[in-house]
Amino acid sequence: MFANWRRIARENEFLYLFLHNRVAQFAALISLLCLSGAALAPWIAPTNPYDIASIDIMDSLVAPAWSDEGDERFLLGTDDQGRDLFSAILYGTRLSLLVGLLSIGFASVLGVSVGLMAGYLGGAFDAIVMRIADVQLSLPAILTALLIDGIARGVLPTDQHDNLMIVVLTVAIGLSLWVNFARTARASTLVERNKEYVQACEIMGMHPLRIMLTHILPNIMGPILVILTVDLAVAVLLEATLSFLGVGVPANQPSLGTLIRIGTEYMFSGEWWIVIFPSAMLITMIVAINILGDFLRDVLNPRLR
Amino acid sequence: MSELLNINDMSVKFPTRFGEYTALDSIDLAVKAGEIHGLVGESGAGKSTLGAAVIGLLPSPGYISSGKIDFSGKDLTRLDQQSYHRLRGSRISMIFQDPQTSLNPLLTVATQLVETIRQHSDINPLDARSRAIALLEEIGLYDVEQRIDDYPHQFSGGMRQRVVIALALCTDPELIIADEPTTALDVSVQKQILELIRTLCTERQLGIILITHDIGVINEITDHVTVLRSGRVIETGTTGDVLGNPSDEYTKALMAAVPRLDKRLDRFKNIVAEDLLDSEDNSWRLPSASAEFASQWLLAEHQREDSRSSDAGPVVSVEHLDVTFARGQPSWIKTRANFKALSDITLAVRPGEILGVVGESGSGKSTLAKAIVGLVSPSAGTMTFRGEHLPPRLKRHRNHVARRQIQMVFQDPYSSLNNRKSVEQIISEPIRFYGLANDEKLIRKLVASVLELVEMPQRAMLKYPHQFSGGQRQRIAVARALVARPEFLICDEPTSALDVSIQAQILNLLKDLQQIYGLSILFISHNLAVIWQMADRVVVLKQGELVETAETEQFFRAPSQPYSQMLLSETPSLELIQ
Repeated sequence: MFANWRRIARENEFLYLFLHNRVAQFAALISLLCLSGAALAPWIAPTNPYDIASIDIMDSLVAPAWSDEGDERFLLGTDDQGRDLFSAILYGTRLSLLVGLLSIGFASVLGVSVGLMAGYLGGAFDAIVMRIADVQLSLPAILTALLIDGIARGVLPTDQHDNLMIVVLTVAIGLSLWVNFARTARASTLVERNKEYVQACEIMGMHPLRIMLTHILPNIMGPILVILTVDLAVAVLLEATLSFLGVGVPANQPSLGTLIRIGTEYMFSGEWWIVIFPSAMLITMIVAINILGDFLRDVLNPRLR
Repeated sequence: MSELLNINDMSVKFPTRFGEYTALDSIDLAVKAGEIHGLVGESGAGKSTLGAAVIGLLPSPGYISSGKIDFSGKDLTRLDQQSYHRLRGSRISMIFQDPQTSLNPLLTVATQLVETIRQHSDINPLDARSRAIALLEEIGLYDVEQRIDDYPHQFSGGMRQRVVIALALCTDPELIIADEPTTALDVSVQKQILELIRTLCTERQLGIILITHDIGVINEITDHVTVLRSGRVIETGTTGDVLGNPSDEYTKALMAAVPRLDKRLDRFKNIVAEDLLDSEDNSWRLPSASAEFASQWLLAEHQREDSRSSDAGPVVSVEHLDVTFARGQPSWIKTRANFKALSDITLAVRPGEILGVVGESGSGKSTLAKAIVGLVSPSAGTMTFRGEHLPPRLKRHRNHVARRQIQMVFQDPYSSLNNRKSVEQIISEPIRFYGLANDEKLIRKLVASVLELVEMPQRAMLKYPHQFSGGQRQRIAVARALVARPEFLICDEPTSALDVSIQAQILNLLKDLQQIYGLSILFISHNLAVIWQMADRVVVLKQGELVETAETEQFFRAPSQPYSQMLLSETPSLELIQ
């Protein structure tokens, strides 16, 4: 695996195309900013939105710092409870990205292993698993996530809700996205498994699991990587949607979705900043990740170039 | 008679991010009407680029940087797209290599012909159709009235290539560029297509540029020949002169490398040196790793084996072997229609011999190999390995001794090596897997030594397969098969994806290795000349059935079966000259 990554980094083709693509560079910069902002939130945010003591209800609904009613302590203004919006956005991005990355990790591990096995083994396993995937594809991802989320809420003890919410969200989003990985992995495996190097392994009598993991998997990483990036954006969006609908993260933990939900209530009463800034953040991040994904696809799939 | 096409000092360049790459360098070429001009060279020589330049279809971003292409008085390099478009198809047309992909599978043959005819002349659909019928009759299709409304997939490969030729002819062009028109076809069909091209050329007074890598084809039908190498003209002249009395070293080497049917050589006289990797590559060595070390290590096993079993029974034998493939989806309602890939094959490979297997595509050559190595399970018959029963596919245990002692070299060196693994990992895998050596240092040393044995620089072990050419990859594949210390090697068309000079090198290598280690080899090829050079005995397959088994000498002197005689007579070769 590591040799594989090193090789990708060494491919001058990749670097060359990246260095000649302004849009991709810009998108990478934005993504990097979002990522570091999220990762470093506890250090760069002026206040801690989790710390109830630091919040003063008297500071609620303060306009951004540059406007007339602004307060220089709150760069982007505050929400209805007096939380600093800038800090809330940083922490919200942190939570959204965390859930996104975790769920995409879950979805990719599940999807790739299922797809790899379906493609390599074929037969009944392939038929059954891929029909399940087809059924799931006919349901919108958000519906699947809502369903799993709802079941989890009903099953889990109430006092554990808040602690387990991240796990539930991860599983819900992961289960609604694994199909993409499974289909991509299966299609690529079908191509690879007929190549002669795989036959050479079979002649040697190598264990199928070893053939799949050490020989086929590295060869199908290209398309998987693309799905990984594109679906990361989808996962972040799904998390935001669930939180917006009020079934996502607990209300006391700001995520971009909860912030936007709070913001919509004040949208037409003059406090535009609560909805605009989190939404702008979400859109910028999604677009940047999507552009990166498109760039990756173009690089890894020479036919589209 | 004046020249139809006159290329004067033409260069074609491709701008790349590493600077300009000169694909063709000051080419001069002249073609007269009624003459076939052959372009021959190895892959990368610029043959196809020359064809594309003439017809104005250079792949972007290539461009003609200097020179003139004079086509019956017009300079093609100065034409704009519009006038080129009118010229292309109507006065210059093209025959492509693969008839599978050069026809649109969704349109009937009639539609495609009528469309092309009406594109270039102003006639009504009915007249166009009758013209299409006349054309198809001319190029030798039967039942044209009925078959013209068939789709391309309903024709055989040879017939499809005839349709492609009709398509090229339907606008009465003066010049046809044929880019490897017979490479994808079997020899017997190849011969017919070449004859057709010759006839058309003479009857219609066409100028034809025939691009091929096969000197046999050049010898068979061209009037003039130009030998290209890395974008330069090496030699040009009438075919008899150039091939009968080559003046350039490269042409001589190229011809020496072509396997011949008239005499058997111990080794091919080489050969065009493959521009091996830079000198830095050769100076990098592991201490004490050498080809001798590899030889000793590989032979150590064999001596032990020899002392154990000295009986002269066959290494591998196959008796009454049937392989049946199911056609289509399984169904409860009716039994599946089956396709018999091999039926009642009986053969034996004696220790230390090379058994050649010949046949056209679809004859079941590869299926035979797959059955023996255990990729396909036979539906009937038995296989034995060194006198012991050899279980088929799934019944063969993963640790079965034959898994190591039967190794295979595949046809396509581009897909037989895992691109994501370094050469060291690829070659050391069998050593580790079979537990032939456990010491890391020893394994590294072995990998380096075996690479040297197959005439590769030791440094190659640090690189990845995509950094090598086809020939070098095939050497790596041979090395991988060798380190398992096999007793029996199956080579499935090991050279058919390679250029002739590289083919000669690989064949030499296999022959040397076979002589040193006394390997038994099952050598599969569609090329009779290659078999003649390599094999001790020959087996001929036809549509899954065994036609003939004979000693090589005897087979090529006087094949007993009519099918073998036909195969032999239709292989284009060099023996007509000299």
